Amino acid sequence: MDFLNALVLFANFVLVPSLAYGAQLALGALGVTLIYGILRFSNFAHGDLMAFGTTITILVTWWMQSVGISIDPLPTALLALPFGIVGAIVFSLGADRAVYRFYRAQRAPGIVFVMASIGVMFMLNGIVRFIIGVDDQRFADGARFVISARDFREMTGLAEGLTIRLPVVITVAVAAVVVVWLFWFLQKTRTGKAMRAYSDNEDLALLSGISPERVVAITWIIAASLATIAGVLYGLDKSFKPFTYFQLLLPIFAAAIVGGIGQPFGAIAGGFIIAFSEVTITYAYKRFLEYLGMQPESLVQLLSTEYKFAVSFVILVIVLLVRPTGIFRGRVL
Amino acid sequence: MTTRGLVLYGVMALLLVCVGVFQSWNLSLTILNLCLISAVMALGVNIQWGYAGLFNVGIMGFAALGGLAAMLTSMPPVIGAWQAGGVGMALSLASVLLTIAAVVLVRRRLTGRWRFVATVVTAVAGFFIFRAAFDPTVQAIEAYNPARTGYLGGLGLPILFGWVVGGLLAAGAAWFIGKVALGLRSDYLAIATLGISEIILAIIKNEDWLSRGVKNVTGLPRPVPVEIELQQAAWFLDLSTQLGANPIIFSSIFVKLCYALLFAAVLAVLMWFAEKALKSPWGRMMRAIRDNRDAAEAMGKDVTRRHLQVFMLGSAVVGIAGAMLTTLDGQFTPGSYNPLRFTFLIWVMVIVGGSGNNWGAVLGGFLIWFVWVEAEPAGIWLMSALTSGMEPGNVVRVRMLDAAPHMRLFLMGLILLLVMRFAPRGLIPERRAGLR
Repeated sequence: MDFLNALVLFANFVLVPSLAYGAQLALGALGVTLIYGILRFSNFAHGDLMAFGTTITILVTWWMQSVGISIDPLPTALLALPFGIVGAIVFSLGADRAVYRFYRAQRAPGIVFVMASIGVMFMLNGIVRFIIGVDDQRFADGARFVISARDFREMTGLAEGLTIRLPVVITVAVAAVVVVWLFWFLQKTRTGKAMRAYSDNEDLALLSGISPERVVAITWIIAASLATIAGVLYGLDKSFKPFTYFQLLLPIFAAAIVGGIGQPFGAIAGGFIIAFSEVTITYAYKRFLEYLGMQPESLVQLLSTEYKFAVSFVILVIVLLVRPTGIFRGRVL
Repeated sequence: MTTRGLVLYGVMALLLVCVGVFQSWNLSLTILNLCLISAVMALGVNIQWGYAGLFNVGIMGFAALGGLAAMLTSMPPVIGAWQAGGVGMALSLASVLLTIAAVVLVRRRLTGRWRFVATVVTAVAGFFIFRAAFDPTVQAIEAYNPARTGYLGGLGLPILFGWVVGGLLAAGAAWFIGKVALGLRSDYLAIATLGISEIILAIIKNEDWLSRGVKNVTGLPRPVPVEIELQQAAWFLDLSTQLGANPIIFSSIFVKLCYALLFAAVLAVLMWFAEKALKSPWGRMMRAIRDNRDAAEAMGKDVTRRHLQVFMLGSAVVGIAGAMLTTLDGQFTPGSYNPLRFTFLIWVMVIVGGSGNNWGAVLGGFLIWFVWVEAEPAGIWLMSALTSGMEPGNVVRVRMLDAAPHMRLFLMGLILLLVMRFAPRGLIPERRAGLR
């Protein structure tokens, strides 16, 4: 019974990756949930917005690397992040002005906004592939490990090593900072209060003198920033490939809905639930069980890794069946 | 059909003829065949959207199911694999059915908190029993001649049966999906259908024992003659000398014409049914439900059941189209189903063509597929023209030429947004009763 080794193995292959992935999904789901709560439609272009912000960040990172700007041991992409955020904000505000404002004035039903967002998604997809191509791009530099497996083994004398990579630490740290700031903004500032009022009841909010265009603009700014940050963190942790970001849209929607759409806290909870489920259900527990004294013959993998996205969807479907408002009771159309 | 509709169809025919004259007739007929298939898919989507206002973003899953059915109906059974794994499969199926029965029984007999716990325990236990029977069976089946088969094979029936089976399989899947998702309103329905189609596709891609997964199933039987046999048939050679055509090229054109006639026949039959249904009392009731759901419910219409009917019908049509596509390809490639090409492109077709109008959806199918296919050579031609001033090795020129194919995604999005903004009812709008 090698309990400590089993624990370290579990932490290394399940806990730490889930934490990072959950933080990335949570940031993406926060953006989706804000747009749903305030603009009242599911933005299908969110995944590609993440890709767009990350693309601009990558280009600026490459330029910075070529000129020699660096903040070793932290990755240069963090310096380039504000530029990516600005790019994504400019695009989002432009898309809102050109596409969504017309339908808002007409008070069109939500489905029209969703279709328009599909059009925007197509265009963004084309733009991103045009700028950076369809291949894998790696742009992470700086130190790789905070604790490498070998250091851990030397420190503790165990057989299993726990690797903590720098991008993982950055992901969790940045996500925590962003979430705290967002909650402070929504709860303590006048603009945040105005946004929450607009989300709860549009007509009463307008009667109170809240400027709808300002609320909408700030929503897009925050959502675009969150999308870019999520995209860059994901790209630093894994790698950047436009098609992957389009696929990420689906777990992000699942996270937002599971937590309760329109509720920021729900988006975070949903993100971590989805991430933990995906990793736990597709992990092969053979070595873990061996450390606990059992002798399994097969890999003991509940579902193969190709079903990762399917797991988040099965959870979504179960939640929609059993409790459509989600964990924190968001709104249902 | 109005004059406007006739003119638009005429323009579409002219475009295809132009491709035939300026590029090649083979290409024109290839495009025509895929246009016909896309038109059937758009018709299926229009049945769901135009009749009932259902926003189904899971079309890819239904098309894949149709293709799977076509493959499973027509490929011969692999006797060795059945011998190796037939019993195991039967046991696995029995364990699944028993688990479902046990869960239903548990949920009926118990109440309160114990009900939830007992459901979970039964389901988990059933899952492990299923895996105990299933995993060794799958290994045995996939180990049987994996290079050429490695799967169970099919029924060995003529492939045209496969089209009907495809429709039925898609309708069956739509029944399950509808039961789960149709109670939800538009946004949630879109996300749920998108997710379920991804699950269906993940299963088809990974369960090698069923569909060979990403190894693909090639060599599907054909309903039309094979080119090589045609080139050796005496009557065909006489015909090609009479027309003054090269027999090799003419055989290819002849085969494509046969496919085109088959697909056009299917499209015509489905259109006839769809138009009949639209103009019937049933069709008027469906559109009344679409336009004012609450009033319809107040009048006592079971909206969810009606929506389920329409959902199944539309999905069956998409399934037939998926089966036709796999037949045309001659192979079943699960990896080729991607949401952009199947789901979202079909939606662009319906919206641009005219949602709510079957003729519009079909025209949209033809037009958007045509634009999608021709956008690539047109884009490359445009990029070459723009960069003609630069030398061949120039980085910018290489970049622009590489990126030309991606511009068609951009073009599709632009077309969709422009049509939604300036012509929201589409090219051939829905006909309202009382208006002429």
